[in-house]
Amino acid sequence: MRRYIDYYITNMKLSVQDRFQYRVQNYFYLFAQMAEPVIYLVVWSTIARAQGGQVSGYTAGGLAAYYIVWTLVRNMNVVLAPRDWEYRIQQGRLSTELMRPIHPIHTDVSFFAGWKVVMILLWLPLAAFLTFVFKPTLNPTWFQIVVFFFAIWGAYLVRTVFIATLGLITFWTTRVGAIYDLYFALELILSGRLVPMPLMPAWIQHIANFFPFQSTFFFPINALTGSPTVTELLMGLGTQLLWFLLGLGLVNLVWHFAIRRFSSIGN
Amino acid sequence: MPTPTIEVTNLSKHYKVPVREAGLKAATRSLFKRTHNTVKAVDGISFSIQPGEVVGFLGPNGAGKTTTLKMLSGLLFPTSGSARVLGFEPSRRQFDFLSQITLVMGNRSQLNWDLPALDSFELQRAVYGLSRTEFERTRDEFIELLELKDLVRKPVRNLSLGERMKVEAVGALLHRPSVLFLDEPTIGLDVTMQRRIRGFITDYNQHTGATVLLTSHYMADVEALCKRVIVIHNGKLLFDGDLVQLVDRFSAFKTICVTVDNNFSNWSQYGEVLDHNGDQISLRVPKAETPLVTARILAEQQVDDLTVEDPPIEDVIEKVFNQKSAAGETP
Repeated sequence: MRRYIDYYITNMKLSVQDRFQYRVQNYFYLFAQMAEPVIYLVVWSTIARAQGGQVSGYTAGGLAAYYIVWTLVRNMNVVLAPRDWEYRIQQGRLSTELMRPIHPIHTDVSFFAGWKVVMILLWLPLAAFLTFVFKPTLNPTWFQIVVFFFAIWGAYLVRTVFIATLGLITFWTTRVGAIYDLYFALELILSGRLVPMPLMPAWIQHIANFFPFQSTFFFPINALTGSPTVTELLMGLGTQLLWFLLGLGLVNLVWHFAIRRFSSIGN
Repeated sequence: MPTPTIEVTNLSKHYKVPVREAGLKAATRSLFKRTHNTVKAVDGISFSIQPGEVVGFLGPNGAGKTTTLKMLSGLLFPTSGSARVLGFEPSRRQFDFLSQITLVMGNRSQLNWDLPALDSFELQRAVYGLSRTEFERTRDEFIELLELKDLVRKPVRNLSLGERMKVEAVGALLHRPSVLFLDEPTIGLDVTMQRRIRGFITDYNQHTGATVLLTSHYMADVEALCKRVIVIHNGKLLFDGDLVQLVDRFSAFKTICVTVDNNFSNWSQYGEVLDHNGDQISLRVPKAETPLVTARILAEQQVDDLTVEDPPIEDVIEKVFNQKSAAGETP
């Protein structure tokens, strides 16, 4: 266990240093990411104002809070994409990683965790700017803030295990990108990324309960910006844990068969 | 006899590869009926390597060398047969196994491109769970041995290929592995740099008693490092023995190089003239006739200098491959 902790800390530090090499690129990346939530925010704020100040219980200020926190949660959702598995195999990086006595998933989780530390630091001034422009309504309790902290890292882990499972399909087909596009479409609708879940039709909200997507987007955002009860917050963390364990089992199962198919030709 | 470090028995790796003719018609047909070929990358090879041995693993491109190394290092699952390295079954990829081996591929980098190598070394420390004292001692020793003091502080992307290879070698050996699989470790390097890498491998082998299995297309690597060679072609084992034996068995000729002090021109009476440049002549002579021809030249010519050499190892290896190809690849 000590070895893993040491490895995670070391790789996170490396990742932070790596990100510091490309400071301007990081900001360009963050700016580009702002476009999507700002569009959603402007559209829904306009609708809210047109409907007398509210839409499905969300005020313009509430929507502003939702989409500003969205920008942070979106960054916490960035993990190694399935297409990167293709690249990793084609470039022979996987062969190098497999020679180490540590699972490549640990490399990904620790590296992106370090990446996120930098992104959170860079996000703060942008969040301040968005707050200045859009005037969010945000009054969380201390408990909500604590739950939010765990929820964003929980979201990261849940998304990691499911996306990694998709990435492992690369061992069977080299065109896993198409499957990811389908996954992404479902995620967009069922996660709260496009709009807060209460704005979705009831039947979509019902279907969303059977997928892990809400745990990675709506739950952490709502934990901070909504008015959930203590029970709802704890249930949300528990649901994240369940999805994470399920995804972890899935990754291990698929990995067991995938690694036997690894041909490493030309690498 | 000690227990072999590496023991390979009837090891095979076969790949099923889809094939089709060129063109739209063939592409459409392949949608409904796919044709596959089985490629026998490695086909039933057996050998064993004792602790501390440095063995050259030779063969032309596509012979199955790298595939074998990948099976021995746990990257690939064998189709059949068995392999044991340090008593472990490589494909099980246990921690104790992976902690004791390394696979260096000349064209592959395990270092972070954007950071100084020192940072990547730190990651290696964490990966292998090395104690700080042990890690720093090994790291500093290797850095001094390869004169890398300034290089390890530069981002890896700013290093030349040769510099990077030296740094890679340090990274690969920081955990002091007992078994080294080296796949073209000097590829693309100039002669000086090749020599440095070879020297480093020799030092490491002598100081730690590590077992080394090396593939290289540079025969200088093989001659400098390996007493024993294993030759494979089309996945099958062609030869396993001393390098000297390989030359003896597959080369029926020797080269006599003479420097003379006269204008004699009819050198073909002694053997096949390979080169005639002023007063220097190279002759190819059947091995059995070499003593006789040498004696004749010394008796009949005004000789300033005379040497008898085995043909270059490259020529011998090429001959082995050509003979086996012509004979239908039967070992």
